[in-house]
Amino acid sequence: MKNKSLVSITDYSKDEILQLLKKIETFENNPNQRVLEGKVVATLFFEPSTRTRLSFETAVNRLGGRVIGFSDASTSSSVKGETLKDTIMMVSNYADLIVMRHHFEGAARFASEVSSVPVINAGDGSNQHPSQTMLDLYSIYKTQGTLNNLQITMVGDLKYGRTVHSLLMAMSHFNPVFHFIAPKELEIPHAYKTFCESSGIEYHEYSEFLEDVINLSDILYMTRVQKERFTDLMEYEKVKNVYTLRNKMLENSKPNLRVLHPLPRVNEISYDVDDNPKAYYFQQAKNGLYTREAIICTALDID
Amino acid sequence: MAEIKKELQVVALENGTVIDHIPSEQLFKVVSLLHLHTSTSRITIGNNLDSERIGKKGIIKISDKFFEEYEINRISLIAPNVRLNIIQNYEVIEKKQVTLPDLLVNTVKCANPNCISNNEPMETRFHVTDKKNVAVKCHYCERVVEKEDIEIL
Ligand SMILES: [Zn+2]
Repeated sequence: MKNKSLVSITDYSKDEILQLLKKIETFENNPNQRVLEGKVVATLFFEPSTRTRLSFETAVNRLGGRVIGFSDASTSSSVKGETLKDTIMMVSNYADLIVMRHHFEGAARFASEVSSVPVINAGDGSNQHPSQTMLDLYSIYKTQGTLNNLQITMVGDLKYGRTVHSLLMAMSHFNPVFHFIAPKELEIPHAYKTFCESSGIEYHEYSEFLEDVINLSDILYMTRVQKERFTDLMEYEKVKNVYTLRNKMLENSKPNLRVLHPLPRVNEISYDVDDNPKAYYFQQAKNGLYTREAIICTALDID
Repeated sequence: MAEIKKELQVVALENGTVIDHIPSEQLFKVVSLLHLHTSTSRITIGNNLDSERIGKKGIIKISDKFFEEYEINRISLIAPNVRLNIIQNYEVIEKKQVTLPDLLVNTVKCANPNCISNNEPMETRFHVTDKKNVAVKCHYCERVVEKEDIEIL
């Protein structure tokens, strides 16, 4: 049997992504289906993340399953020096599925190899967070009616932003054109540009947040520019407000343009954008529930 | 003179493996990579021998020992031109050039301190992503490590 774990978005083929999108759609139409009756899902948050944990636990509850787990490592046995392997071995005796978040990169991949039940990665350090990527994809699919041939503009921290990297990898199946807007210190890593080139994907880079680029975009994917990412704080002060989206900047944008953001936001989207029908980030977060319902069912082989 | 030199360099090996064309400065790394320091086989090691191809070379001869392909291929991480001669009955029955395998198990240490493999008692796994320039990618944290930063376990 194929291991049904989901550790990285690249674990899914193009076909699997498309199938999953259909499944997410059915959960959006009917989020309460008691398909997890009698199932126990463990949510192991070695690193706290209330937002992600609540989203997964709500998904399990709405599907009629039960949740066990912990919400930060200080209440778990790993502080007593237990290895990750031992914790996973123990929990996989109790639960049908493990959802985990961990501060070390690669923790979920390792857990999926030692666990007897599927593992869903809810974030491993700065590496992967595939349910976020799937909800981003679903949000794009739903607002554009397709994933094919879109102009995707990514703004902000493109160097460390893992959501940006995973979204780029996932979208690469669908013939996109990418526009990367970032300050010099946070520009997209070379490896991703090489990847685009070798996959025949067109991309453009800008250090200025120009309306011309917004106006040709179908998706505007905003990310946080975090102070702690800068080695030079002068540089941060210079750019911190340059990558802020204001409502006025959307004046001449395409009618189908939607603004996405993985949330939480700080000041990269000004509040006057919230009432613009092109602002989609709150709905995007809501799609997280349906996405996680679909991911859980896929991992458990439930149709 | 030529004959004496030949005799010194090729101490007769009845059965076993000769690892040749090891760059001198890598010789002892190769020894530890193959765990020869714990081996009970008869081993002859020569170093700083003249080589037309690479200047100074090292050579290792191990009696009654035949390596698995994956063991020997680890050498290519530090010495890509190494050549192997498999000896049976005093004769070379096979010559092999080492090549990088697709997967390296417990060979490389991850350069990322925040990688699970550096924080849990476990084997490391690396996928070789570039055989020509030697680049490997951690199976766990997915970080790519280039040749000059590769640390061998
Ligand atoms: Zn690693």
